[in-house]
Amino acid sequence: MTSLTLVRRINAQPATVFEALTTPEGIAHWWGPDDGPVLLAETDVRVGGRFRVRFRMLDGSEHESSGEYLRVEPPHHLEMSWRWSDDTAGPDSRVIVALRAAGTGTELTFTHDRLRDDATARSHEAGWGGALDKLVRRYAPEARAGA
Amino acid sequence: MAKYSTPLDQTFAALVDPTRRAILARLEHDGDATISQLAQPFAIKLPAVMKHLDVLGQAGLIERVKVGRTVTVRLSPAPMQEAMDWLRRYEHFWTHSLDRLAAYAESRENAQRSPKP
Repeated sequence: MTSLTLVRRINAQPATVFEALTTPEGIAHWWGPDDGPVLLAETDVRVGGRFRVRFRMLDGSEHESSGEYLRVEPPHHLEMSWRWSDDTAGPDSRVIVALRAAGTGTELTFTHDRLRDDATARSHEAGWGGALDKLVRRYAPEARAGA
Repeated sequence: MAKYSTPLDQTFAALVDPTRRAILARLEHDGDATISQLAQPFAIKLPAVMKHLDVLGQAGLIERVKVGRTVTVRLSPAPMQEAMDWLRRYEHFWTHSLDRLAAYAESRENAQRSPKP
């Protein structure tokens, strides 16, 4: 519930993918939920450094997210805190990217977790149990967020 | 995009408690139930069950229908759907972003691999 994991096979070496993930030029090519433009991308790729990305969606709305790099180990690991810039409530969530060489390409494992506050996360770890799973299956059978 | 909203926080807060989750599971499994039927499996008194039902009701997860002197409790799916929609927005954001990331990284790599004529 409170985390999302996605895996991609990419026909490019981990170093190329890492660069695309972290450089403003790279980010400008892929960041966002639709094909709207990235308006601003700033990265300071070192532990404690920050990133800020602003994008416009095709519906005209603009959104900005920012955070702090928590782990920077090119070309295999990248971890950063995350929040929507206009969302001042609640703690940051966290983005973790692991890049593993696979043949001539890369297996990318992406995780966005801590999507709710700690209390909820703890109850999640303790097992939201069959109750919630059943409810989710019944009312949102197509939802497959979370690995 | 994905923002905290009060009703959504209420949904998650209501779901934190194991007794409330058990009540929801019971309703999901057996269908509508009276309050005393719901209280039966728990080692807690009726007023405590009523309190849990109040929290679930405020979060919009259940509805209470009074017929004569009997109150029937039933599940209300809307808030759960909202919680799912909230997660799905993140899923949509990252699915699209990672697809484009993959395409961009592959085009960069191709450009580097193939020697310029």
